[in-house]
Amino acid sequence: MIIDMRRFLIQLLIILICFLLQTAVFRYITFAEIMPNILLIPTMAFGMMRGRREGMVVGFISGLLLDIFYGVMIGPYALLYMYLGYINGFFHRVYYMEDLLLPMLMSGANDLAFGLIVYFVSYLMRSRLDFGFYFLHVIIPEIIYTMLITLIIYKPLVKINRWLKDKEEGMENG
Amino acid sequence: MRFNNKKSIPPKYILLILTMVCLLLIGASVAFEEVLTPLRFITGVTITPMQKGINAVGNWVTDKIDMLADIRDLQAENEELRTQLDAYQSENKMIMSDTNELNDLRKLYELDSRYPDYEKVAANVISKDSGNWFDTFILDKGSNAGIQVGCNVMAGNGLVGIVTEVGPNYSKVRAIIDDNSNVSAMFLTNSSLCNVVGDEKYMDDGYIRVEHIDKDLDVSEGDELVTSNISDKFLPGITIGYVQNLTLDSNNLTMSADLVPAVDFDNIQTVLVVLELKQSKEGNE
Repeated sequence: MIIDMRRFLIQLLIILICFLLQTAVFRYITFAEIMPNILLIPTMAFGMMRGRREGMVVGFISGLLLDIFYGVMIGPYALLYMYLGYINGFFHRVYYMEDLLLPMLMSGANDLAFGLIVYFVSYLMRSRLDFGFYFLHVIIPEIIYTMLITLIIYKPLVKINRWLKDKEEGMENG
Repeated sequence: MRFNNKKSIPPKYILLILTMVCLLLIGASVAFEEVLTPLRFITGVTITPMQKGINAVGNWVTDKIDMLADIRDLQAENEELRTQLDAYQSENKMIMSDTNELNDLRKLYELDSRYPDYEKVAANVISKDSGNWFDTFILDKGSNAGIQVGCNVMAGNGLVGIVTEVGPNYSKVRAIIDDNSNVSAMFLTNSSLCNVVGDEKYMDDGYIRVEHIDKDLDVSEGDELVTSNISDKFLPGITIGYVQNLTLDSNNLTMSADLVPAVDFDNIQTVLVVLELKQSKEGNE
């Protein structure tokens, strides 16, 4: 239980850092007015490294934080991030530590799914029909930027996960 | 708690439970808005100060970077400005006398000045909406400074948006360029009404859409749009921007146009929040 608590707190800290990065830091470094979707990265990483359960929980907390801060309602982003984390968890069985290609692709796929769902739910429903425009000017640049950021912060996440795992095994054996 | 039981409950059941929690939260937040207030209060008190800190550092860094980049430009500009200053000083004297005359005439006609002295409070922008789809941002002052939901937000002398949510030490502003925004506006020249509608699609080009302009109106490009008298949320007479690219709609009854906003939305750091509300103002009268 102590082990779980420590893991949980560290994950919470990572989410908080990513949230602050996204809302307070990256508004200074946008490319063509586009920000990356950083909170998707821990969701993806923990889903891949630890399976559906943790992907889901990390996604849920990330989404909830966004909802509380920026949403009109509480719940939609939590739901969306949670399902993305859960689905990423299915890729846990093909995950191995050194691989960087799969996380990059997953990160892009997540952001694509995210963009499409946001478009269909909150734009198409208000008859903003020009899908091509939104696809080229919002979704695609965001995917590229998010994948670039994945390249930078995925490795540290893997290291943190390995460190946690070593500690946990150490405690179980001792 | 979830984590204690995690060896026993299969993930799909947790997913099911959390999905229900989410749906319940969505339902609750639609049905009773006040449910959200305590939650937002907690995050507002804990996370907003962190964003404020980062914002301070960010501003400092950008300031320094800008300073280094600008120093040479500034020297050249300084020379140029010094020469211009002399010219303007004499011009200023003439304008001053004109202004005095104008004031006298205004008194004669009992006209109000164009911007009545609304009580305002200055605030800093500390964070922006996390995504690329909408345009909302957070200010570093809230109900402690007297800000309420529905307060108009200005920068310079143009309209920025409206406060949609307030906590003790922060408030959330929806910009008029947000895709959900719709402001009732009128032409300064002939007081005819139209709507200024935020649209993500035109945001990149720096435009806002203007819709429902009567096609028989005598308006031309460059005309100034201000907030209208009939809006129940925006105080009248605040500049929104200038009209460009007028086109006739396919229904042959109305025109649409692009609006160049009076405010530079790429670069908002400080804003003025008008403490007076439209509704309370009318209530008093």
